Amino acid sequence: MFVHEQSLKSQRNGFPQSKQVMQGGKEMTGSEIFIQCLIAEGVEVVFGYPGGANIGIYDALYGQSTIKHILVRHEQGATHAAEGYAKATGKPGVVLVTSGPGATNTVTGIADALMDSIPIVVFTGQVPLKLIGNDAFQEIDIVGITRPITKHNYLVRDIRDLAKTIKEAFYIATSGRPGPVLVDLPKDIMAQKTVFEYPERVELRTYKPVLDGHMMMIKKAAEVISQSSRPVLYVGGGVINSNASDELRELAEKLKCPVTTTLHGLGSFPEDNPLSLGMLGMHGTWYSNIAVSKCDVLIAIGARFDDRVTGKVESFASEAKKIHIDIDPAVIGKNVPVDVPIVGDVKRILTRLNELVSPLKTEEWLNTISEWKQEHPLRYEQKKELRAQDVIQTIGKVTKGNAVVVTDVGQHQMWSAQFINWLHPRSLISSGGLGTMGFSLPAAMGASFGRKDVPVISISGDGGFQMNIQELATVVEHNIPLKIFVINNGYLGMVRQWQELFWQKRYSHVKLSNPDFVKVAEAYGCPASRVTHPSEAEQSIRQAMEYNDGPVFIEFVVAEEDNVFPMLPAGKTVDDMLDNPELFLPQTNGRTMFTLEKGKENYAANPSFA
Amino acid sequence: MPQIQVSHSAQSNGNGELHLQKHTISILVENKYGAFIRIAGLFAAKGYNLESITVGPTEEEDISRMTIVTRGDDFVMEQIVKQLNRLIDTITVLDLTFESFVERDLVLVKINTSPETRSEIIQISEIFQAKVVDISPRTLTLEATGSQQKVDAIIMMLKPFGIKELARTGRVALKREFQGDV
Ligand SMILES: Cc1ncc(C[n+]2csc(CCOP(=O)(O)OP(=O)(O)O)c2C)c(N)n1
Ligand SMILES: [Mg+2]
Repeated sequence: MFVHEQSLKSQRNGFPQSKQVMQGGKEMTGSEIFIQCLIAEGVEVVFGYPGGANIGIYDALYGQSTIKHILVRHEQGATHAAEGYAKATGKPGVVLVTSGPGATNTVTGIADALMDSIPIVVFTGQVPLKLIGNDAFQEIDIVGITRPITKHNYLVRDIRDLAKTIKEAFYIATSGRPGPVLVDLPKDIMAQKTVFEYPERVELRTYKPVLDGHMMMIKKAAEVISQSSRPVLYVGGGVINSNASDELRELAEKLKCPVTTTLHGLGSFPEDNPLSLGMLGMHGTWYSNIAVSKCDVLIAIGARFDDRVTGKVESFASEAKKIHIDIDPAVIGKNVPVDVPIVGDVKRILTRLNELVSPLKTEEWLNTISEWKQEHPLRYEQKKELRAQDVIQTIGKVTKGNAVVVTDVGQHQMWSAQFINWLHPRSLISSGGLGTMGFSLPAAMGASFGRKDVPVISISGDGGFQMNIQELATVVEHNIPLKIFVINNGYLGMVRQWQELFWQKRYSHVKLSNPDFVKVAEAYGCPASRVTHPSEAEQSIRQAMEYNDGPVFIEFVVAEEDNVFPMLPAGKTVDDMLDNPELFLPQTNGRTMFTLEKGKENYAANPSFA
Repeated sequence: MPQIQVSHSAQSNGNGELHLQKHTISILVENKYGAFIRIAGLFAAKGYNLESITVGPTEEEDISRMTIVTRGDDFVMEQIVKQLNRLIDTITVLDLTFESFVERDLVLVKINTSPETRSEIIQISEIFQAKVVDISPRTLTLEATGSQQKVDAIIMMLKPFGIKELARTGRVALKREFQGDV
């Protein structure tokens, strides 16, 4: 089959790749071309599920070993696995599913990848072109369905466009602001033949992401920064996507500027650095939210002023001049007016900015912040009963930052953000924008295929774990050394918390009647145990971390009615922030302590916030 | 080519947007499968006002031009332009409101007539330089082109006679090269 070989280079995300590719002269079927394109892109693993419409592609996968295919147990699992792989490695995740229900099952993962800017490429089988529009068996307009939830999508209507389309799909997914791209592949097209030629580069006259920030704006930013005595760096996942943690650290240390991160920004700036304020927003640290509300210059980098971060948007950093650096022009000025917009790649912009700035006089500001840190530290009270916070803090203590932690969605997610000391980029993977329960297990599985350097840990709640529990089979089949931790509080905890605080404790449909998780895990073939006492937690976590022969499962049975604090209720300001009532300290420095009661009253006055 | 005209009274989404400034946006877009629906879908998904949207071929075979009339404050308009630019298929997005531009709207309007009203209707059509394109014992069909205001005006004048059917293209527009008065 080889006529001649040619090496291709792709330059995305700083992952230069060169692979040997069959090329030139030879006719191949669409399915064979598909495989060759993936090889050319340097794809190492595909998460997928076969069916009638993609059976030809599966036939081409048979008997080749360059591309590893992982048979998931539900197509949603495939998309989350691809996301986890992409988040952990910075390389695009790849999904292959059949038409109809196979395609519709990918929708949640695609939407999740869009909201969190994750590069995945989803290939869906489609009924033969000539049947499209006939309500054929398993025909669904997946391109129509996913149009608003993809960065871009394609229906391949001509075999001669196939290779070019795949090349474009990978390029669009990984360049600029990353995101999901879907390519719909009609069965008959994939059976036709044409000469395979993989384009060396993508030429799209309509799509050229701006990478270099406007120098005038960068200078203006430096000027605004130089006037500041109370600056805050507000940092999101864009810093990690751009691999710009070193540049960020240089900027923060040069300026002596405190850094707060979003959920996706965690790990971009080491939390053991005294300049770190931890996470901000609804369940961020007290002091990060206060610092943002009092700062005079806010430097937003690769973040998008999400409502879970800002609370009431008019009051967010209302005393500050705002500098906003982002690759996506559409997020700049979308939620909050900005004084200095800079569009471009974060790494490139920070490199230039670092050359222009000099240290600020922030001693007083940093002192004030450390007072706030002492007044309202992030902490909880250890009790006789095992608490989720115990488990999570212990995971952090045992791993010391040397792990990839993949959370699900809910209270345990927020406690993970709070009580693990995040030190490295790509060490936390979580569903932020869409908040997809059921994300953790498949995403952690996907991350495991990309990261062999550190252990991968999945943390789920008892609710979310059951949403993609089927992927235990995949994990066991491939003997992935995944640590699977379920924090069982017997409730849809986060919803219960809202009902407790804001809906008069009317616990409407949040109590879970769960299976015996240990038996379930064992039935899948995974060694499993249950921890119920604080005294057992550390040892069992250590054992799990040391076990490398395959997956290991631990259920932690924790306090049922526990709440995540601090809490800045939706649509509210820092003045309405609720801190942990267990830990109320005496009033200090003449500042009021915001009580839970006051917060509840405020909320009751306007419960319409999402 | 699909054409949607949501009448000059503005698509009502209950937000009382009529006081907001009208903007005419001209978009060059790849003439590709789904490109039109992507743009229309963006307006629906984001809840942007959409008064009219037209699309047609251009001098270049693989490029279409869309003209969109919308309303919004400066903030919303900035978002609309950015979001349109963000779509992979759009080549250029220009808010003509900040330029001098020529615009045309075309209407075909079928009016109920009787021997008594026919000549009066024809008189009105002459004032607006409209053409009679079809005639029957009980109806008359006129074609009028011009600015949106002019087309609004002729429709208003014809209303009392009883409009039977009406089809309108919505605004098409091009940036003016000549910058003086015309
Ligand atoms: C697919 C999906 N459905 C519903 C929700 C709403 N939701 C957010 S958190 C939550 C509770 C999660 O419960 P659990 O998985 O047990 O985690 P916990 O909060 O108890 O830690 C729910 C239902 C969601 N985020 N995702
Ligand atoms: Mg729970």
